[in-house]
Amino acid sequence: MAGAAPGGASRSEIYRGNGPRLMLPIWVFIGIFLVMPVVMMAVHSFLTKEFRGGVIWEFTFAAYDQFFFDRGLFGDEPPKIEWTYIGIFWRSIWQAGLATVFSLLIGFPTAWFIATRKPNVRPGWLFLITIPYWVNLLIRTVSMKFLIRDTGPLNEFLLWSGVISEPLSLVNTNFAVQLGLFYSYLPFMVLPVYAAVERYDFSLSEAAADLYSDNWTTLRLVILPVVKPGIVAGCILVFVPSLGAFLAPDLLGGAKTFMIGSLIEEQFKGAAGNWPFGAAAAMILLAIVLGVLLLHAHAQTRVER
Amino acid sequence: MAAPIDIRRFTGFRALTILCLVVLYAPLVIVAIYSFNDSTSITRWGGLSFKWYFDVFSGPEAPKFRAAAINSFTIALGAATCATTIATAAAVAMHRTGRFRGKTASLALINLPLMVPEIVTAVASLIFFISIGFKTGVMTIFIAHLVFCIPFAYLPISARMQSIPDSYEQAAMDLYATPWEAFRLVLLPLMVPGILSGFLLAFIISLDDFLITNFVKGAGIETLPTAIFGSVKQGVKPNIMAISTLLLGVSVVLVTLSWFVGRAGQSKR
Repeated sequence: MAGAAPGGASRSEIYRGNGPRLMLPIWVFIGIFLVMPVVMMAVHSFLTKEFRGGVIWEFTFAAYDQFFFDRGLFGDEPPKIEWTYIGIFWRSIWQAGLATVFSLLIGFPTAWFIATRKPNVRPGWLFLITIPYWVNLLIRTVSMKFLIRDTGPLNEFLLWSGVISEPLSLVNTNFAVQLGLFYSYLPFMVLPVYAAVERYDFSLSEAAADLYSDNWTTLRLVILPVVKPGIVAGCILVFVPSLGAFLAPDLLGGAKTFMIGSLIEEQFKGAAGNWPFGAAAAMILLAIVLGVLLLHAHAQTRVER
Repeated sequence: MAAPIDIRRFTGFRALTILCLVVLYAPLVIVAIYSFNDSTSITRWGGLSFKWYFDVFSGPEAPKFRAAAINSFTIALGAATCATTIATAAAVAMHRTGRFRGKTASLALINLPLMVPEIVTAVASLIFFISIGFKTGVMTIFIAHLVFCIPFAYLPISARMQSIPDSYEQAAMDLYATPWEAFRLVLLPLMVPGILSGFLLAFIISLDDFLITNFVKGAGIETLPTAIFGSVKQGVKPNIMAISTLLLGVSVVLVTLSWFVGRAGQSKR
């Protein structure tokens, strides 16, 4: 999605000196209503919880302590590692990772196929891929649930065609959540990979073919290394939103497929009602995501240099 | 060698592309079809009927849906308008004012709403509004939407500006136009396709949002997605499929419009 040019791309200085003034609304709105809230969330993760939501303004590490350590029912036992929440994060990373792999396996061939069409039909293909992204994610997830539920059209079709003799119970499984995540963010994989393949110089493939490489060997040894930046960008664009997703795990999964998004939501909307703990979990999620993005940015600047 | 190898072709890639489109579209198409089902059961097909659409507009839940729709469209209109204005100013600053301090940081700030996971933005906004004593309701939804709409409005506008050379404005200024006149009479009309495209995308994004809205909405205030989510929790009913299909139609029409506007702008060059 980072289609914007880096700062120095346009050299025009026709309205010179007005830059800061024109940029002011961005700083005011995003500064006050996004940066400030994230800072306050960080502060809240170090405050004491009040029952039934809210906080008491007393500084403590209790939320992070609850996340990582188990000190027994009364808090007086020697600390052991608490695996519950680390486990939920680990499962989320695993689910998001599998969704990313699925997206790549389907998204790469799709992007390749579109990029090798005639130039005048490519925008139409891309548009077909992007339309579902703009459709309400809630509606898409509900539709998926409708489609794959035990008595849903997918099962009826499979029973009717004789592929299966018993309906598959897909809803509330890990697979359903992965399918939901894959379905939610698949367009994010296709677009950057397409952009990379479109720039690929096919004379490299010709050279490989002249040297008796078959197509699949060329794909592995020549094409993949060249289009790797697009693949990495696509993987990040699928992985990051999957990691903090709420709708797919909540609607398609069950108690066994609990992910980070639901854990955080429960602290604010559900019965748990522990704001500092929810803020701490959100901080840890934010740290993981920013870590991934920084790593990517770092790798990119190293390549460009 | 018998036949020359087509270096662009891989067996199975066409099939996978079709699979990709089937996965993306099948759920939506099926729900759209079932929304015209005459039967009360969501499983059995009982013939073609528009009764669930009548139910959406005049059934027992109609007042709830109407109020939610009014909230959704008002917020989307307001948030998209403000976000597009802010994004237009930012795009001019980015492409027409040369270097200035904080330019790189500004670009990072514009893209920040795309980087922070939605659930984190939702939690942070809720904590922020409660802490400063801002009563949650339509106003808080509007502000939160405005913020995450900015990058979606900015991207098409900025992409459009990259392809507008400044020679037209130079010419205008050689003919004694003030910078403001050069902007208003020359640059702005050229930017219109990008601005429209950005506005439509921001509008859709606002209309679609569930997670952040669910956190910052006050008690009793609903938008269409939160109202749908509330109903879905008790099971998918046919009227929900009808309202989903309507909303799906709105999104598809708007994004198609945005696409054609963007393309028309490109081919005019």
